[in-house]
Amino acid sequence: MTDNGDPVLRIAGLNKSFGAVHVLHDVDFTLRQGEVMALVGDNGAGKSTLIKCIAGIHPTDSGRIEFEGRQVSVGSPRDAAALGIEVVYQDLALADNLDIVQNMFLGRERRKGIVLDENAMEEAARQTLAKLSVRTVKSVRQQVASLSGGQRQTVAIAKAALWDSKVVILDEPTAALGVAQTRQVLDLVRRLADTGHAVVLISHNMNDVFEVADRITTLYLGRVAAEVRRADVTHGQVVELITAGRSGDLGLAPATAAESI
Amino acid sequence: MSTDIPKGGPSAVKLADSDFAADHRPSDLGGALRDYWAQVRSGDLGAVPAVLGIAGLVVLFTALRPETFLSDRNIANLFTQALPVTILAMGLVFVLLLGEIDLSAGVTSGVCACVMAKLMVSAGQPWYVAVLAALAAGVVIGTAIGWLVAVVRIPSFVVTLALFLGLQGITLWLVGEGGTVPVRDDVIVALANKNMPVALGWALAVVCAVGYAASQFWRWQRQSARGLAAKPVQLVALRVVAVAVVLLAGTYLLSQDRAPSPLITLAGIPWGVPLVAVLLIICTFVLGRTAYGRHVYAVGGNAEAARRAGVNVTRIRVSVFMIASTLAAVAGIVAASRLNSVTPSEGSGNTLLYAVGAAVIGGTSLFGGRGKARDAVLGGLVVAIIDNGLGLLGTKAYLNFLITGSVLLFAASIDALARRRRSATGR
Repeated sequence: MTDNGDPVLRIAGLNKSFGAVHVLHDVDFTLRQGEVMALVGDNGAGKSTLIKCIAGIHPTDSGRIEFEGRQVSVGSPRDAAALGIEVVYQDLALADNLDIVQNMFLGRERRKGIVLDENAMEEAARQTLAKLSVRTVKSVRQQVASLSGGQRQTVAIAKAALWDSKVVILDEPTAALGVAQTRQVLDLVRRLADTGHAVVLISHNMNDVFEVADRITTLYLGRVAAEVRRADVTHGQVVELITAGRSGDLGLAPATAAESI
Repeated sequence: MSTDIPKGGPSAVKLADSDFAADHRPSDLGGALRDYWAQVRSGDLGAVPAVLGIAGLVVLFTALRPETFLSDRNIANLFTQALPVTILAMGLVFVLLLGEIDLSAGVTSGVCACVMAKLMVSAGQPWYVAVLAALAAGVVIGTAIGWLVAVVRIPSFVVTLALFLGLQGITLWLVGEGGTVPVRDDVIVALANKNMPVALGWALAVVCAVGYAASQFWRWQRQSARGLAAKPVQLVALRVVAVAVVLLAGTYLLSQDRAPSPLITLAGIPWGVPLVAVLLIICTFVLGRTAYGRHVYAVGGNAEAARRAGVNVTRIRVSVFMIASTLAAVAGIVAASRLNSVTPSEGSGNTLLYAVGAAVIGGTSLFGGRGKARDAVLGGLVVAIIDNGLGLLGTKAYLNFLITGSVLLFAASIDALARRRRSATGR
């Protein structure tokens, strides 16, 4: 078993083009167990493309993906799920007309013969929510339509943690939330890492990033500008990395940063 | 299984301090009823409109035609009248759950009935071969619709509107200009015209009531033993009693001698009723207790979420049209049995309108994601009562059309308003 801090997922030299547009240039990206990695970058920097390559939605053009030390190929979302990579999308992907348990097990229902094993699913969902100290839902048999934005995000994240997942990728989980709800979700992100997951947090909000992340990877026009420890940088440096690709002696070489424009 | 219980112990302790308050609060009947009322008020109407509709219409028509409407013979007639529309609506529930529509279900039932009748009359085949062929025709039509909708991505409205016309042509061609195909096979005719022996009817009703009670209490017992969210036992008991009363009362009414002359005896449940009961049980089971049913609801609620969760959305889409068309074939067979013949216009006209109306009145949403198999039965009864009552009143044809159209529009308005209410109150 891997220990906290060991790399779970290592990506080296990843390239991806859509037709003539070279979206990702030789991207290196490493996720470690028990750590929250913030993935930041301006719109169009390639964050979503990188995530979709990891999640098996886009095929990659070149590059290595290593999962727990073995080289793997992630050709479809199913491959990613089989490895233990779960993505929580920005638009949540929950069905409003199903309850919390039904949503958490959607597509991977437990059965006894052909009958759904509702009781086992409810117990497992409850345990996962309890493990993540989710205290805000009144009933696990509540319809998702009746939940607030923060609660929905909580359910979506708990859904990702329910499986034997090792990597959980969160795409702007706090984008549409109020202050108190953001708090809940950030706490949940931290607990997710503390329970041994490698977490990727995509966010535009520097406060969120600095509050919860252990490391920060900045993408600038499809290249990794820098991967830094949160403790080593300031807000201002990260913002410069996002907007200019470099900050002092951090980031891309001036020539590369300029050439990309 | 027994090994789960000690494992559940420590987690139960941990759960005690987490906050699923509603799941662990010892719930009582009053609380459950208040919850239910809050649910109805927030736009989750369920069976309320259909039950109120049945009660209101029965009172109305009894007041207008006191001597005929509630006669034993008319009640039996009402049930057989409701059979085809209920079966058709039950298939449509699957399609409506995805937010799609099948406008061709009525004429599909006509084509399939025609296939059956022609095979028996012209080809001299036995009834079971003819019935299987009719069902196969339904599967083929459903697959074609499903493929055009799910793979080619033509809106279901357009595909089935085209088939609505095209399939009428096929029926016309099969029947031949102006003629009708008689249906004389004993087994097929018995479906809507013959009754079960009274004793068998009672036995079946009791078995159904006891079976329902056993399954409900068994489920409740399992849920509360494992500390899961369960309805209060009083509510479970209330539902069991209500279902038993309806079953036994219906059996009692249909077991009365309703022969017009005292020389013969005419009593018992029409054979088509247990057919609908079996279909209802199967559809309820499939939708409520299997992964397939769960996926149908998920695709209807949020197709993109279902796709990302690994559900094969295309396959679900195709399958619901196959189910709808196959059940339409069954409806066509029952309709042919009732009329003893298949006419070129079988299944056209207002057949489909009635079936969609039945599903929507019963509580199935036109917007997808909400609905149950029982909606078809409740709504089918409402539609049959309206049809039957208007017949007894002898209303003019133009008025009949106007009234039936208004009822469908009314049901759809309730559905749309309830949906608005739901989104306003966040359900």
